[in-house]
Amino acid sequence: MEIVVLLKQVPATESMIAVAGDGVSIKSDGLKYVINPYDELAVEEALVIREAQGGTVTIVSVGPAKAAEAIRTGLAMGADKGVLIDPGDLALDGLNTAKLLAAALKAMPHDLIVAGHRAVDDDNFQVATAVAELLGIPNISMVVKQTIAGGKIRCVCTVEGGTREVEAPLPALIAAQRGLNNPRYASLPGIMKAKKKPLETKKVADLGLNAADLQPKVRIKALKTPAERKGGRVIAGDSVQAKAAALAKALHEEAKVI
Amino acid sequence: MTQNILVVAEQAQSAFRKVTFEALSAGRQLAGALGGAVEAVVMGSGVEASAAQLAAYGAAKIYVADDGALADAATEAYTRVLAQVIEAAKPAVVLLGATTQGKDLAARLSARLDAALAGDCVAVKAEGGQVTATRPMYGGKILAEVTLSGSPVIVSIRPNTQTASQAAGAGAVEKVAVQVGDVATKVVAQQLDAGKVDLTEADVIVTGGRGMGCPDYSAVEALAAALGGAVGASRSAVDEGWRPASDQVGQTGKTVSPNLYVACGVSGAIQHLAGMSSSKVIVAINKDPEAPIMAKADYAIVGDLFEVLPVLTAEIKKIKG
Ligand SMILES: Cc1cc2nc3c(=O)[nH]c(=O)nc-3n(C[C@H](O)[C@H](O)[C@H](O)COP(=O)(O)OP(=O)(O)OC[C@H]3O[C@@H](n4cnc5c(N)ncnc54)[C@H](O)[C@@H]3O)c2cc1C
Ligand SMILES: Nc1ncnc2c1ncn2[C@@H]1O[C@H](COP(=O)(O)O)[C@@H](O)[C@H]1O
Repeated sequence: MEIVVLLKQVPATESMIAVAGDGVSIKSDGLKYVINPYDELAVEEALVIREAQGGTVTIVSVGPAKAAEAIRTGLAMGADKGVLIDPGDLALDGLNTAKLLAAALKAMPHDLIVAGHRAVDDDNFQVATAVAELLGIPNISMVVKQTIAGGKIRCVCTVEGGTREVEAPLPALIAAQRGLNNPRYASLPGIMKAKKKPLETKKVADLGLNAADLQPKVRIKALKTPAERKGGRVIAGDSVQAKAAALAKALHEEAKVI
Repeated sequence: MTQNILVVAEQAQSAFRKVTFEALSAGRQLAGALGGAVEAVVMGSGVEASAAQLAAYGAAKIYVADDGALADAATEAYTRVLAQVIEAAKPAVVLLGATTQGKDLAARLSARLDAALAGDCVAVKAEGGQVTATRPMYGGKILAEVTLSGSPVIVSIRPNTQTASQAAGAGAVEKVAVQVGDVATKVVAQQLDAGKVDLTEADVIVTGGRGMGCPDYSAVEALAAALGGAVGASRSAVDEGWRPASDQVGQTGKTVSPNLYVACGVSGAIQHLAGMSSSKVIVAINKDPEAPIMAKADYAIVGDLFEVLPVLTAEIKKIKG
C-alpha cells in the first residue's frame, strides 16, 4: 500500500500571534513551529495502516525550507520518505497549495492519501478536499475511524449531531479529525534513523507548473487582531445563593441573553 | 455571468439548517451591493416541498435538485449537481454555510471550477464589484480581510455569525434535471442524535472543563437544559474520556459564537479561548480568581461549580418561568 501524508508545518497552538509591520503577514520571529496537529493524526494513521498492510509512507509538504523540520519529525515517527515542495516567493492561496500537491501526487504512486481536515494556521478547510477533486478521487472528511478491506476504505466521520459511515474505493483521500488516534512520539532511535531517510526538495518548475498559472485568487488585504475582550466583572455576593441570583438577573436584565 | 448570489441550502433531518437562513440574509445584502438577486439551490431526496420556505428569506428563484440519487449527502454527488446549477445560473457569488458538509462541498467545488474560496467567514461584503470576506485564522487569534477574484467566487459562512431576517422573495421554483452518474463515495450508515443542537449552531453553550473532576456532567447538563443550550467540553475533559471529541471547543475543536457561553471549571488556555472568544457574552465559574478565563469573561463567579451550578440553574428557571 502506497500511502501519502499531506503535512503542513504551522505555529504551535500555544503561540501568541501578532500582525507584522506590513499588515498582511504575521510576525514569525520567536514562533515555535510544529506539525499541524491534525496532520500528526494523519501520520499516525498512515503508520498504523502500513504496519497492518505493508507498504510505504511518504510525507509531502508545501512550505519553505524550514518546513523540512516537520517532515523530519514525521520521518522520526516512522514515515519512510519525504518530499518538500518549496514554492519560493509565490503567495499561495488554498487552491494553489492544492494544485502543487496534486501535481506532485500525480507523479507518485498513491493508494491512499491521508491529510488533516484543517491546518490550524490558515484554517482553510480546503486543501485536502481540493486535492482529491483535482486528482479525481473520492474524499472522506472528518474521519475518526477507518478500516480497509477489499480495495475499499470505510470510515466513521463526525457530522453535526452524530456520526456517519462512508465507504469509498481506493485510491481515496481521507482527512483526519480528533479522535482518530493518539499520535506516537518520535523515539530517539527514530530521530537518528530519520536523518538518513530520503527527503527530496522540489521547486514549482519541477512539477511541470509555472508561476504564471498560480496567481492567487484569494489575497490577504489586511490582518487584524480581534478586539480584546474587556472582561473581569466578578459578581459579588455574601453567599452562593446571592451570587447566582445576581448573575441570573444580570444575564436577564443587562446582557439580555436569557 | 450575472451579479446574482447563489445560496446553497442545507437540510438536517428534513429541516433547513439555521445557517441557510443566515446565508440567505447575508446574500441579500451582497446582492444589493452587487445589483443582483438572491437565488437558492436545494439538493436532496424529497426536498421539493420544503423549498418554498426559502422564499421567506428573499430567494427570488429556487433551484430544486430532488432525486433519489441525492438521498445521502455525499459531497461528490452534490458537487456535480452544484457545478451543473452554477453553469446554468452563472452566479457571481456562491454562498454556503460553513458546516461539515458545506466546507467539504465548497472545497471540492473550488477545485472543480477553479474558483476562489474563502472558508468559514464571519463577514462578507461587496464594494465596487469586489467581494471581500473576513475570515478568522490561527484559530481566531487573527482576523483576515481577503479579496476574492474571478467568477464565481465561493464563500462559506460560519454559523451563528449573521442575523437571519425574513424578506419575501418571489421564490420561483425551477427543477433541475439531475445528472449524477456513478458516485464512488457511499454513505452506508448514519447515527444522529435527534433533537441534539450542534455546538456550532447553539445559541447557548455550557462547557465543563477539568474542574468537573469526573464524567458526571449532570450539573452542567441541567444548566444547559434550563437555558435551552448545548454542552461543550475543554480538551482536558475530552482527553480524560469524560466527553466525546465532538464536544470539544477550541483551536483543535469547534469554533463557536453563541450568544451566551458559560465556562465551568475551565481555566481558559489560549487554545480554548481561540474557539470561543467570539461568543457574545461569556460567563466563567471558577474556584480560582486568577484563572485566565476570568479576565475574558463578562461575568464571573468565583466559587465551586458544584455549589454554584444548581443554584444558578434554579434562578434561571425562575426567570424563564
Ligand atoms: C496542540 C494543542 C491543541 C489544543 N487544543 C485545545 C482545544 O481545542 N480546546 C481546549 O479546550 N484545549 C486545547 N488544548 C489544551 C489546552 O492547552 C489546555 O490544556 C486545556 O484547555 C485545559 O483544560 P481545562 O481548562 O478544562 O483544564 P485546566 O487547565 O486543568 O483547568 C481547570 C480549571 O478548573 C478550575 N476548577 C477546578 N475545580 C473546580 C471546581 N470545583 N469549581 C470551579 N472551578 C474549578 C480550576 O481552577 C482551573 O482553572 C490544546 C493543547 C495543545 C497542545
Ligand atoms: N502547505 C501544505 N502542505 C501539505 N499539506 C497541506 C498544506 N496545506 C494544507 N495541507 C493539508 O490540507 C489539510 C487542510 O488544510 P487547510 O485547507 O489549509 O485547512 C491539512 O491538514 C494538510 O493535511
